[in-house]
Amino acid sequence: MIYRKGQRVLVQGITGKQGSFWTGKMAECGTVIVGGVNPKRAGETHLGLPVFASAQEAMARAPFDIAVMFVPPAGARDAALDAIAARAAGLVILTEHIPAQDVLAIREAAAASATRIVGPNTAGIVTPGAGFVGIMPGHNPNIFQPGRIGVLSRSGSLGTLICLNLTRAGLGQSAFIGIGGDPMIGTTTREALAELDADSATEAVVLVGEIGGGMEEAAADYAARMSKPVVAFIAGRVSPPGKKMGHAGAIVTGHAGSYAGKRATLEASGVSVADTPSQIPALLRSRLSTSCR
Amino acid sequence: MLAPAGIAVPRSVLCASAEEARTAFAEIGPCMVKAQVPAGKRGKAGGIRKADSPEQAADAAAASLGMEIDGHRVDSVLLEARAEVAREFYAAIMTDFPAARPLVLFSAEGGMDIEEVAAAHPGALRRLHVPLSQGLTQAAADAMLGGLDLGPARAAIADALTKLYRAYRDTDAELIEINPLALLADGSIAALDCKLIIDDASAERQPQLAALAAPENLTALERRGQAAGLKFIELDGDIGLLANGAGLTMTTMDVIAHLGGRPANFLEIGGEAYTKAEIALGLVLAHPRIKSLVVNFCGAFARTDVMADGVTAAWQKLKPDIPVFFSIHGTGEDEAVRIVRDRLGLEPYDLMEDAIQAAIEAAR
Repeated sequence: MIYRKGQRVLVQGITGKQGSFWTGKMAECGTVIVGGVNPKRAGETHLGLPVFASAQEAMARAPFDIAVMFVPPAGARDAALDAIAARAAGLVILTEHIPAQDVLAIREAAAASATRIVGPNTAGIVTPGAGFVGIMPGHNPNIFQPGRIGVLSRSGSLGTLICLNLTRAGLGQSAFIGIGGDPMIGTTTREALAELDADSATEAVVLVGEIGGGMEEAAADYAARMSKPVVAFIAGRVSPPGKKMGHAGAIVTGHAGSYAGKRATLEASGVSVADTPSQIPALLRSRLSTSCR
Repeated sequence: MLAPAGIAVPRSVLCASAEEARTAFAEIGPCMVKAQVPAGKRGKAGGIRKADSPEQAADAAAASLGMEIDGHRVDSVLLEARAEVAREFYAAIMTDFPAARPLVLFSAEGGMDIEEVAAAHPGALRRLHVPLSQGLTQAAADAMLGGLDLGPARAAIADALTKLYRAYRDTDAELIEINPLALLADGSIAALDCKLIIDDASAERQPQLAALAAPENLTALERRGQAAGLKFIELDGDIGLLANGAGLTMTTMDVIAHLGGRPANFLEIGGEAYTKAEIALGLVLAHPRIKSLVVNFCGAFARTDVMADGVTAAWQKLKPDIPVFFSIHGTGEDEAVRIVRDRLGLEPYDLMEDAIQAAIEAAR
């Protein structure tokens, strides 16, 4: 999901501390906010915006394109199902630590609807010059500047660092897609890569991954078919391996997940893999100057 | 877990001493004595023994108690009535993360670990994704077993699978596995061993299961971190690090290693934990080998001013005897840099590589 200028955003959980803080930041950045949701404060005005009882009520009275969830884990399932029932085109789930079986319910409902999900446990999406949805420093011009590089990242903090490095090097960003750090997310590495590939404003892509899971491996064959250059950084080269579901888990994911495996798979698909984030701008420049466009 | 779901399990008694095992034998009879540890492959490790008399039960318990299996000390053994097993199967329900669906796994060959079974008898393994909204119906379980030679046990196995699915849902499990699921000589089906992986995120609505969870193998410092709600891992290097978010923390470790240093810890203070910078600093500094410290913040959700306030206040209080090197960017950056300058008289590095390089040199 790429945020497009003028897209209307509903903030679920707008009256909370974080919801209020980041609603202000999003609006400051140009994001169009139509209102928020808090069933207990429906009918009130908060930050000058209308508060609705549900996303479904909001859709009827203040239509929106994207809902963003500032909702604690225990309420996340119901809030997401509400946004899906409201036929939101996009749903950005920031919430971390949602019980996995609740995520299964959310994903199943979304699959039967037209709602696209980013997250859970994402820091959100940023389109410099247009706005951002989530908890990214999209309003900070040292970090985000309009440009031609698309960035997708599992991590919000690392994604921020990489955009900072790009901006320092004079490489602005066409879009940032934070896909989220959970093992089960609505937009995968491969899907975000395909979106940036289809985006006419994007000339090259930075893929920011992490050890664990098989999402980077699953994106590699797509990257191999792309005409746009892809540069990757994978965090966790020296980290101890994370928790797995043992042999039963291996039945599903094979033995994907290691740094070496991810790097080899990406490199075999023509992706340049950086050793450190600061190498990314130079790799991009060399790939952009040699790619046929 | 299984008995309430209606899946038969052998009679058993938990014993913490050889004497208890001797007494329990009178109740249980011929049995297996199983070391109770949160690890697999207990049999191979010598943690499962056979007992046909009270003396053998006591001896088996005495041999197992106190031994270590996969780093876990055996504090109790389970005396489990020995059933006459006709056949062994494998059954599991798990959350298939890439597919975002519950997955039922069944194999007509059980007993060994499922990866080996899948490799040795691929035709015996069945898998079925289940729509969460419908659950695992008896008909779907029946269909899944089609083509397997299960004889008259088929209906009972399908029934056990639907009950296992129920248990998976009721316990918010990530994985619930019965291996072996046994067909007994009397034609009944029983679970002879069960493994459950709890979803940590569901602990609040599964308090009784969370209380049962196996304690992790943690160092004293790691336990302190866990008690404070922080994911802290002690490593064998000498460069301490404090960063926000798992991605940035791993990257900081990677760059330390890339530049020739060795990280002393992993410590994540991202997400809701970003206000815990003070506790976090105490943990990092308590590491016995630490010679210098890198503080690398890149604030998205986590406000760097809040983190810098916590770290510098703690630094002033603890007055550590090692050098510290900061790099700070993102949300709250200007205020955070001012705090570090005013309180510690230090100038944060613009690039994290430079802060890390300085920390590595200082540690030499």
